[in-house]
Amino acid sequence: MYPENLKYTKEHEWVDLETKKIGITQYAQEALGDVVFVELPEVGTHLEVGDSIGVVESVKAVSDIYAPVSGKVIAVNEELLDNPELINQDTYGKGWILQMEITEGEEDLLDAQGYQKIIEEE
Amino acid sequence: MTEVKRTPLYEEHVKLGGKIVEFGGFEMPVQYKGIIEEHNTVREQAGLFDVSHMGEFEIKGKDAKKFIQKLITNDVEKIEPGKIIYSPMCYENGGTVDDLLVYCFTWEHFWLVVNASNIEKDWQWVQEQKSDEDVELANISGKTAQLALQGPKAQEILQSLTSIDLGEIKYYRFQEELVAGCQSVVSRTGYTGEDGFEIYLNANEVVFLWKELLTQGQSQGIAPIGLGARDTLRFEAGLPLYGHELGSKITPLEAGLGMFVDLKSDNDFIGKSALLKQKEEGLKRKKIGLEMLERGIPREGYVVYKDEQEIGYVTSGSFCPSLGKNLANALINIAQAQIGNTLAVSIRNRPCQAVIVKTPFYKREV
Repeated sequence: MYPENLKYTKEHEWVDLETKKIGITQYAQEALGDVVFVELPEVGTHLEVGDSIGVVESVKAVSDIYAPVSGKVIAVNEELLDNPELINQDTYGKGWILQMEITEGEEDLLDAQGYQKIIEEE
Repeated sequence: MTEVKRTPLYEEHVKLGGKIVEFGGFEMPVQYKGIIEEHNTVREQAGLFDVSHMGEFEIKGKDAKKFIQKLITNDVEKIEPGKIIYSPMCYENGGTVDDLLVYCFTWEHFWLVVNASNIEKDWQWVQEQKSDEDVELANISGKTAQLALQGPKAQEILQSLTSIDLGEIKYYRFQEELVAGCQSVVSRTGYTGEDGFEIYLNANEVVFLWKELLTQGQSQGIAPIGLGARDTLRFEAGLPLYGHELGSKITPLEAGLGMFVDLKSDNDFIGKSALLKQKEEGLKRKKIGLEMLERGIPREGYVVYKDEQEIGYVTSGSFCPSLGKNLANALINIAQAQIGNTLAVSIRNRPCQAVIVKTPFYKREV
């Protein structure tokens, strides 16, 4: 459920340090339920760790997404605008949210085990 | 706060994978498989809801009808044995205590069916209004369970469990009958915009009937439905929800429920003079339907603007699965309430264009 090759935050985001893609975790998408709306940042935006970078909304809930690392947004997944349910269907694949050029913050990310622990505590 | 309650079906909800949340003082399933899938099941096949958290008050006695007329804004003369009416119940100042269904068993025997979150408040209110009327009041909420079977296949499924011809039960009528051997009150009513029934029965038999219905309805595609889809279904169908479109500071006239407020006949009821005055002076605000023109989901509490002037707020808002649109109910200044008017809903501090549209948003094809 929490692939070993990804890094995680306690805000339930995943970061792929190879592709530099970012999304929300399986835990987060299950907690949200059917995702029906996604708001994405603009390409080129500079972000600091913790900045609000977008919103994922399900039928019942609104959830902010925060930058897990610092850097520049180099791409956003525009497919989510018409098909937000990709986040539910393929959260680590077609459900990616944005891609960043990472300048800082990598070392603070959790590995799969560390993230798993956080979930068990919730 | 009082402790959180559970309906007799709690264990069944958990077994079926229901995600449990607190609603109206009860631990209830918000969804089993997913709100959108459940929503569509009700529109296309049939859905079974545990609504045992709703409250039921029994009113008996010679003056029962007279007493109920004092409580509700609708005209009790519209009712007769076997019939149901919907009505707001108001405070003296016209604000709304609750909205409810009145079931007339005989001229001396009625039920009021009230919202779960209001049971205690309503029960106190109803008792306080009794003066010299010859009536007996009983809060039978705890021993009475309720299931709602809703959707185009509802009748076919329920028919397989009862010998009475359900075709004879018209809209807003009910019969007392055996369903799968359980003594039940069956009404053609609901909160989804679809055809369907609400079934009241003894709380200790509801687990049995719930399982029977799920088994019997399998080939018709029945599924258990949580409160999440119950809300999107009622919202699309234009049905108000207390605490959103109605409240102690919102009158039924403002909520667009004037057809359930009898200001014409000689009937007197609590709140009548306040509501008459509000009507004579003219409403200052009104509930309208909004469709988003820009991307964004309007949510409860979001502020509505016209030309940068704040004119009201969203009472309910959602993505609507059957319509594929983001829609809202809003309570706004009446001067801006005409259909076609373009307004802005503030979503995360950004004004997003929306247009006033006709309600209900969804109407089933008959």
